[in-house]
Amino acid sequence: MKILVPIKRVPDPATTIRVLSDGSGIATDNVKWVINPFCEIAIEEALRIKEKQTGEVVLISVGQSTWQEQLRTGLAMGADRAILVKTDAALDSLAIARIIAKIAGDEKPELIILGKQAIDDDANQVGQMVAEVLGWPQATFASKVDITADKISVVREVDGGLETIAFKMPAVITSDLRLNEPRYASLPGIMKARKKELKEIAADSLGVDLAPKLKIKTLAAPPKRQGGRKIASAQEMVSLLHTEAKVI
Amino acid sequence: MGDVLIFAEHQGGHFPKATLTAVHAGLDLAKKRGGKAIAVVAGDAPEAAAGEIAKYGVAKVIALAHPALKNYLADAHAQALAALAKKEGAEFIIATATAMGKDLFPRLAARLGAAMASEITAINDDGTFVRPTYAGNVMATVEIDGPIKVLTVRGTAFDAAKPGDSAAPVEKQNAEIDAGALKMEFVSFNATKSDRPQLTEARIIVSGGRGLKAAENFKTVLEPLVDELGAAMGASRAAVDAGFVPNDLQVGQTGKVVAPELYIAVGISGAIQHLAGMKDSKVICAINKDEEAPIFAVADYGLVADLFKAVPEMTEEIKKLKHS
Repeated sequence: MKILVPIKRVPDPATTIRVLSDGSGIATDNVKWVINPFCEIAIEEALRIKEKQTGEVVLISVGQSTWQEQLRTGLAMGADRAILVKTDAALDSLAIARIIAKIAGDEKPELIILGKQAIDDDANQVGQMVAEVLGWPQATFASKVDITADKISVVREVDGGLETIAFKMPAVITSDLRLNEPRYASLPGIMKARKKELKEIAADSLGVDLAPKLKIKTLAAPPKRQGGRKIASAQEMVSLLHTEAKVI
Repeated sequence: MGDVLIFAEHQGGHFPKATLTAVHAGLDLAKKRGGKAIAVVAGDAPEAAAGEIAKYGVAKVIALAHPALKNYLADAHAQALAALAKKEGAEFIIATATAMGKDLFPRLAARLGAAMASEITAINDDGTFVRPTYAGNVMATVEIDGPIKVLTVRGTAFDAAKPGDSAAPVEKQNAEIDAGALKMEFVSFNATKSDRPQLTEARIIVSGGRGLKAAENFKTVLEPLVDELGAAMGASRAAVDAGFVPNDLQVGQTGKVVAPELYIAVGISGAIQHLAGMKDSKVICAINKDEEAPIFAVADYGLVADLFKAVPEMTEEIKKLKHS
């Protein structure tokens, strides 16, 4: 089975994010860049499916040349080859989805697995948009994927419990946190990754409408919450919640 | 121009608070843009639910009916809503960022060739919107181009709409769905059983973290406090990952975003990702034995203590208070 895994480069989740004083972006000095954690889970799931069934895992990223680093990391985890759709422009989710759909049209994967959201823009859109552009079924927020013959059933994390849906391939799946525990790249994996194919394609050569319709005007830090008051005992805590905060 | 289509998600004909926040935001947006607010209720027989939401200040309710809308599935719902949005000439289509809203609206946006702003927290007078990014550490002001604009709202950022004395007219429409293009099948829903309030509805939330050490301790230590307060129970990602509690109790960047009147964090260190889900609570109270834990920086009341001693003491104290 061929599986396409679109991945995104984001600041390490442990990084403290600072907004530039003019509101034009975030400070990127001292930022460590990593694969978006949900995308790592997507890579892991694709690798596990491949290991059970044979096939190929193809990574794709839409971004600048520097994004090669994260594609190489994914190759070191075990993916077979990678495609970097190169652009310096700030694209919106729909443009990225159209690029991924276009590449899927050429690659003809049975599955596209993505992270449910990127931890930078927290938009949670691309997977669903790819599914619609291709006219494929979608299973977002997946916590369990079962593949039989040509059918897939997916357990999804939704409000109030777990939902199971099923469909035939080709299809789009987006990973939730508990789908799996991603592996680390091994040293031999890292060595091998250097020789694996990483193809670059210019985004504007694909004939896709890239003009962003969602535009970021400005960024700002949220108002800071003033906390830090310490209370001496559980008794005093309850008393303050009752008499001062008046919430119990 | 300026008309707002509000997707009113219902749970078996009942509208949770989360839905009513999208109604509120939709009414506000329609007023600011000089348009009408139209609610849409989808289902195989949505008329009764549609009659219910008609009391909440909208100009009209559309009961969008089709057998394929019986159980929620993204492909059928996206088809039906996209066709309706075009037919009604709506400029905006809006829903709450619940699990359903998050699943459906990006697909709907792609079907409409429209851009979408996820989880907006404010509607500005100049036509821009504010939305949190980077786990709520950066607020982005965004603008959407195009004849139709797709939005989900963060439920905690808007008040719930309130019912009035009069009801808007309900118009039944049969949804336009190409059944041949439907490829998804609903299999089952396994509900988390609980007699407690839902996280996004609760006035008080008590959340437990890794500090509770075992599933057993959620039952014996945390639950008595939760129930004494009539609260909802939440958890940090660490507690869910460790299998102490089910996934739908997770509060945080990638779980539920909550803003109750009182949030009590027990044995939760306060990672950025957790704070993203609860820092807009009115009053925050934290119990942790590590006085350096980041949760204390956002807590109005912090108690540095062993939770296994402090939580039962609090429970006891609240019992006394209730009987005094």
